[in-house]
Parts: sequence; C-alpha cells; structure tokens
Amino acid sequence: MREKEIDKLKEYKYGFTTDIENIKSPKGLTKKTIEFISKIKNEPEWMLNWRMKAFERLQKMKEPNWQKPKYPKIDYQDLYYYSAPKTAKDKPKSLDEVDPKLIETYKKLGIPLDEQKRLSGIAVDAVFDSVSVATTFKDKLNEVGVIFCSISEAIQKHPELVKKYLGSVIPINDHYFATLNSAVFTDGSFVYIPEGVRCPMELSTYFRINASQTGQFERTLIIADKNSYVSYLEGCTAPMRDENQLHAANVELVALEGAEIKYSTVQNWYPGDEDGKGGIYNFVTKRGLCKEKNSKISWTQVETGSAITWKYPSCILKGDNSVGEFYSIAITNNHQKADTGTKMIHLGKNTKSKIISKGISAGFADNTYRGLVDIFPKAKNAQNYTQCDSLLMGNKCGAHTIPYIKNKNSDSNIAHEATTSKISEDQLFYCQQRGLNSEEAVSLIVNGFCKEVLQQLPMEFAVEAQKLVGISLEGSVG
Amino acid sequence: MKNNNINLEKFTSVLDLNKEQVKTRSQSLLDFNKKGFPSKKIEDWKFNDLNNIISSKIPNLKFFNSLIIKKKDKYEIIKSISKDLLENNYIISSNGIIIDVALNYEDKKKFEIVREPNFLNTNLNSSLDSLNRALYLDYIKLVIKENYKFSKPIIYINYTSSDIESTVLNQRFDIVMEKNSCMSILDFNLNKSNKNFYNINNKFLLHEGSVLKNYKIDINENSNLFYSKTEIDLYKNSMSENFILSKGSQFSKNEIECNLKENYSSAFVNGIVALDGLKQHEIKTKINHSSEHTKSYQLVKCSLKDQSKATYQGKIYVDSVAQKTNGYQLSKAILLNDGTEFNGKPELEIYADDVKCSHGSSSGNLDENKIFYLMTRGVSKNQAKKILIDGFFLEVIEKVTDSGVKEIIKDLMKIK
Repeated sequence: MREKEIDKLKEYKYGFTTDIENIKSPKGLTKKTIEFISKIKNEPEWMLNWRMKAFERLQKMKEPNWQKPKYPKIDYQDLYYYSAPKTAKDKPKSLDEVDPKLIETYKKLGIPLDEQKRLSGIAVDAVFDSVSVATTFKDKLNEVGVIFCSISEAIQKHPELVKKYLGSVIPINDHYFATLNSAVFTDGSFVYIPEGVRCPMELSTYFRINASQTGQFERTLIIADKNSYVSYLEGCTAPMRDENQLHAANVELVALEGAEIKYSTVQNWYPGDEDGKGGIYNFVTKRGLCKEKNSKISWTQVETGSAITWKYPSCILKGDNSVGEFYSIAITNNHQKADTGTKMIHLGKNTKSKIISKGISAGFADNTYRGLVDIFPKAKNAQNYTQCDSLLMGNKCGAHTIPYIKNKNSDSNIAHEATTSKISEDQLFYCQQRGLNSEEAVSLIVNGFCKEVLQQLPMEFAVEAQKLVGISLEGSVG
Repeated sequence: MKNNNINLEKFTSVLDLNKEQVKTRSQSLLDFNKKGFPSKKIEDWKFNDLNNIISSKIPNLKFFNSLIIKKKDKYEIIKSISKDLLENNYIISSNGIIIDVALNYEDKKKFEIVREPNFLNTNLNSSLDSLNRALYLDYIKLVIKENYKFSKPIIYINYTSSDIESTVLNQRFDIVMEKNSCMSILDFNLNKSNKNFYNINNKFLLHEGSVLKNYKIDINENSNLFYSKTEIDLYKNSMSENFILSKGSQFSKNEIECNLKENYSSAFVNGIVALDGLKQHEIKTKINHSSEHTKSYQLVKCSLKDQSKATYQGKIYVDSVAQKTNGYQLSKAILLNDGTEFNGKPELEIYADDVKCSHGSSSGNLDENKIFYLMTRGVSKNQAKKILIDGFFLEVIEKVTDSGVKEIIKDLMKIK
C-alpha cells in the first residue's frame, strides 16, 4: 500500500498536500456564500453589490456545452467557494512570520521566496489557495510607482482604479464561468503600471490549489497606462487529488496608448492519473483589451497539465495600430483533454494579430485548437497571420483544428494555415543513431516543434517549460 | 417561421401516392414540422441563418403550388438551352418534375433508369432532408453497369418556369456506379422563376474502381434560394470529382459529404464563388476518411463585390484506422470593396497519427502592384482587375478533368 502511494507521488512531481487548517465558507452557491466572502475580505459595499449583480445574472444563465471535451455535470452547490490558510487573518509583515509550512511548500515547488529570487529579480505575489500570503519586492516597485498587490488589497487601497477597470474587459454578464467568477472570486493579483514606466522586473504569481473540493476563482487585473511596459508570469502546479477540481479564473488586461503587456503562463496542474481519474478542470477566461492606439498585448501559454483545459486568451484590438499576439503550446497525454485557442477581434485601423499554436497529443488525449479571427468593417488594413500545427503520437489520440475566420473588410489580409502530422521515423532514427534514447529523441524533436513559442517565454520560464515538455510526454512512445 | 399549414393531401392526389409512401412521407413531415427551417442556433447554419433568410426573402412561402404539375412544352424549354449543351446526353426537369431523359449517345443496355422511389440509404437527418423526403416531387436513379464508360457527359437541366413563385421545390436524384464504370454529369440550373426555395438531395454510390465527375453550375441571375446536399459513398479505388460554380442565385448553399469507406478511394471538391449585389452563398464540405490510403483535395476560391457574402465551411475527419491519409484544403477569397464579407471555417478532426493533413485559408484584396503593372502595359483598371480575377479562377477551372465540360465552363464564365 505504502509503496503504491510512493509510486503515485513519483509520477506527479508536485503531487503533495500541505496540512494547513482551512477556513471554509459555507458550502454551496448562495447569496450567503457571497456575503460571507465579501465580509471576510472586508469589502466595501459597491464590491458586494457588484458581486450580487453577477450572482443574479448567473441564475438566468446556462452552462455552455459546445466544447469538445465533455465532463460530468458539476454540482455547484457541492463546492466550497472560499478557503484561506489560517494565517491570512493576521497577515505576516515579513517572510519570517510566514507559516514555515507554506515556505516549505513553495520550496518544494521551486519557488524561492527568499534571497535567490531577489537575485533573479522577480517579485512574487504567491497565491496559496485563495489568499495572497506574501508579497515581496514591494519597495523596489513602489519606487517607480508600480502597484503590484492582491486584488483584495487593491479594492481597499485603490478603489478608483478597480472600479474603473474591473469588468471593463470581461463584463459581469459574460459567459457562465466568467459570471460565476465575478460573483465569487476570492483573490488574485492586481497590477498597475503608471504612465511611461517600464516595469523594472518581471512580475510573477504562482497559483496553487490546495484544499480539497475548493473551486479556485482567481481574478487578475492588469492595467498598463500610457507608454508603459510590463511582463507578467503565471505558473501553476496543483497537488494530487481524486476529485475533479474546478478552476474558473478571470484575467483582464487593459493596455492604454502605447502600452505593452506580455502575459506568460506555464500551467502544470494535476492532469488526473493514467486512467483519466481526477485532475483539474481549467476553465479560465482571459481577455485583453488594446484600448488605445499603438498598444500591444501578447499572450504566451504552455499548457501541459489539467484534466480539461478550456480557455481562449483573447485580444480586442480596439485602438488603431494595436497589436495582438498569441503563442501557445498545448500538450495532452493519457486522458487529458484540451480545447484552447484565441480570439482576435479587430476593431481599429491598421491592427495586426499573429497566432502561433502548437498542439501535441499522445495516449488517449484530445487536443483542439479553436480560434476566431474577426475583422470588422472599420478595421482598415487589418492583418492576421495564423499558424496552427498539430503533432500526433499514436492512433488513440486526436488533434482537431476549428478556426473561424470572419472578414468584413476589403483592405484587410488574413492568412491561415494548419498542418497535422506525426514525428517522422527518419528524425527519430537519426537522433537514436546519435546515441539518444527514444524518449530523449522525442523530447528533442517536440522541443524543436515548439521552438517558436518557447522563444517567446521569459528566460526563467523557458527553461522550466522546456523540461515540462519532455516530462509531459514521458512514456508516450515505445 | 410557421410551417404547420403543410398538408400532404394535395401531394397525395397529384403525385398519385400509395399508402406506404404517404406513411413515410408524413413521418418525415412530422420531423420537419418539429424542427423547422434551420437557424443560426445550429452550428452548420451559423453564418447563414436560413430561417431568417426565408422569412425575409419569401414572406409567403407555399409548400404546394398547383402550377408545378401543369404540362410544360418540352420544346419551349429546349429552345432556351444553348445548343452546345444539348449536343450531349441530357435530362430535363421542369419545376422539379422530370420531363425528358435523353441518353442518346450511350449503349442502352449499359445503364438503367429507376423511377420508383427506392432511395439509396443515407444518414441524412437535418430538417431540410426531412422536408425533402416528405415533399419531393420526383425521383430518378441512374445505375451505370459494370465496366461501362459514358462517351459523353450527361447535362442535367433544372428548369424552373416564370409562373412559379414563392414555392418550395424538392427533388431527389441518386446515382449508382457499378464496378469500374465512369461518368460525368453536369447539373445546370436554368431559372426563369422568382423567389422559390429549391431543395435538392443527391446520393451517389461509387463501387470499386468507378469514377464519377459531378459539376454543379449555377450561373443564371435569379432570385431563388437554393440548397443542395450531396452524399457520396466511395469504395475501393473509386474516385469522385466535384466542381461547384456558385454565382447566380440569391442564396445558395452546396453541401457535399464524401465518405471514403475503402482503401485508395479519393475525393476532390473544387469550387468557385463569384458574387455581387446582396447574394449570400456557402459551400460546406465534409470529408470522412475512414480507411487507409485515402486522399482528399479541396480548393475553393471566392470573389466578392458590392454587399455580397461568401462562406466556406470545410471539414476533414480522419478516423483512427485511416492511416496514410492525405487531406488538403485551401480556400481563398478576394474582397473587392467594403461591405463584402467572407467567413471561413476550415476544420480538421484527426484521430490517426500517420497522416498528412493541412489546410490554408486567406482573404484580402487584389494586389495593387499587379494592377499597377497591368496598367503600365496600357490596360484599364477595370480590365486589369478582370484579368487578375479570371486568372484567380482559372486555377480552379483547370482542375476540371473532363475536357468537354471544362470548355463549357470556360465559355459560361467567359474566360478564355
């Protein structure tokens, strides 16, 4: 028995849970739950009203069901909507005061919240379950006027910014999961980059789902004021659990005139075991708005985890000359399912977008690229380039490409191409001939296949992601 | 849209139906009444909401029109058809009823014409298929015998007369190609009528080694709404070539579904969509690769003027057993002025790993440099545009493998 458990842990590197007493909200999705969340976070009345509005709207909505990966019905009344480490009530002032168990967890995850991180120049706003526990590098960011804090803190300290931008990209009456998030979101990050500031370091948040049966409802809001620049990293690991856990986060980006936001994600949540049991449902809404001219938003994602990944990081290119980019690698193995892609909505003149998507499926997995390129009549000289390539390993898995192309402007230019193939025997043979074993060879070839996307990641992430690509496909060949 | 006012009685008396037929027809009708015309809530009709189009274009749609059975003078119709076309085998249908079958260039023992409605099995289940099965006016099935090759193509003329208006016309047409047979058929729409909804169902069965070339031509200006669905089953080594010229009707949707059921079968779908005014046309294809070494190729080109709208939905499905599949899909659109719209949904659904599948789609305006080049050679701007568009389409026309038909198409499109 014990041996079995140890074996299980070996399979999933980050599959461990830390015993921390949790404060949980009452079970179920009711007005009471929302009031509880709002109260425990000490929120002002307007915020509670905002949540209630979303909740009312939610009652009239239906869960979407057009996606490719189907999942058993989620009982929303059987979920806990809030859980926080006990230490959150009395927030620690410095790292020494942080629960040593937490620190240990982060160390296991390879998130050095200490000196090492400072040397690498990354400020970490670590989210353990639903509440931000420690925020570092505040001083350095304060110097240039960058606000980087948890969204609960921002609601208290910067209500004018939150009021203005929260829900401006993902309205509270958007689709089901986005609305659910608006009603019950617990915490997340808030970033504001003031005019003309180039954020001196890469901002990063690590998410980690901990308590069992807890849906995580993060809310992230990033605002880049005129001519500013920020690069934001998000990385995820989750402990091993048998129940399916729902994760419905909302991420909103707003880029004002001349601003640039780069948002990178490495997602490595628990994908379920080899028979497809358990695993995280990753139903995330990510949307960026290029609000004013010459702005740019770039999404990069490496999706290797989760039982079901269902998300479309999108760009609304409203300002003239704005640019949207989407780089994605989605790797599915065993019984994982992914339905991911992007939407590029061209509204302004001379807007440009670029989509590079690489899907890899192995085992019994299904990998779908679903994307929309929509060019509106007023988007003169809009340009889009889309490339989506799929790689299949074995004939039990599937790779699908479903692009929607809508062009209503005669000056625009859209080009789309997609290919599906397998790793060629010749390439494998060549690598093996040079002394690599078959797994190393596959990892090498796949990394080459994904190179265009991996290049877009910030340095620290790129190394991690490259390793992940190899690990995710372990055991899929031979 | 309410369709509850359809009654079968008129059909029963006019078409002289027996009890069995009435029964199957009324079942289909029940299904149609339940579903109604497809609206954009159905994924396949996302880009063109037929329910909406019908209610706005044909407000007083009739499901039965007594004028359709009025005897038509065959020679009147023939007179309106160009001589070039009639120098082939031909079948003429008038308002959905077949009035003449003249396969004069062929050996009579080598084919069979079936008029009793013994439909080939299909897996059609959309509301329009039900409508077709409930209210079809006429049926013809051609069976081409083993090892026979048609010496000339068949021209299938779909004629509608000017007195027909606001009517639903349903028709069904099947072809069975026996082993190693070969035939070309050109569907030619000749519309004098106005504002009708034409619903055609076809089923082609291609046995081992057979070749069927089907060309659908809709070039005459008319205000009808046109829907055609073709289902093609392909067995070992068979080949199906399809070409669609979509130009004349107010609304048109051509659906082609190819089931590549056995090894080494192949399917080709090529299309030209040339629109102006307020026209909305769509080509939708679905290629099911369900066996090894199958091949499919699709090429669709569109040019759009004024306020027109073109849609291409293409899907390649590869089953997990269909290794060594080769699937290719390309759609290109030229938007000539503002107000036009092109929608594309080139889809791949693949479950086998040893395959080569790709698709490409592009849309945009004509290249200004090319226009400039031609103008420097003394060609006017409009002529330059025409030359470029003709060249753009010529690539598709050149894919037509029947040389006789290719000339007919070139003549019709006035491309030299």
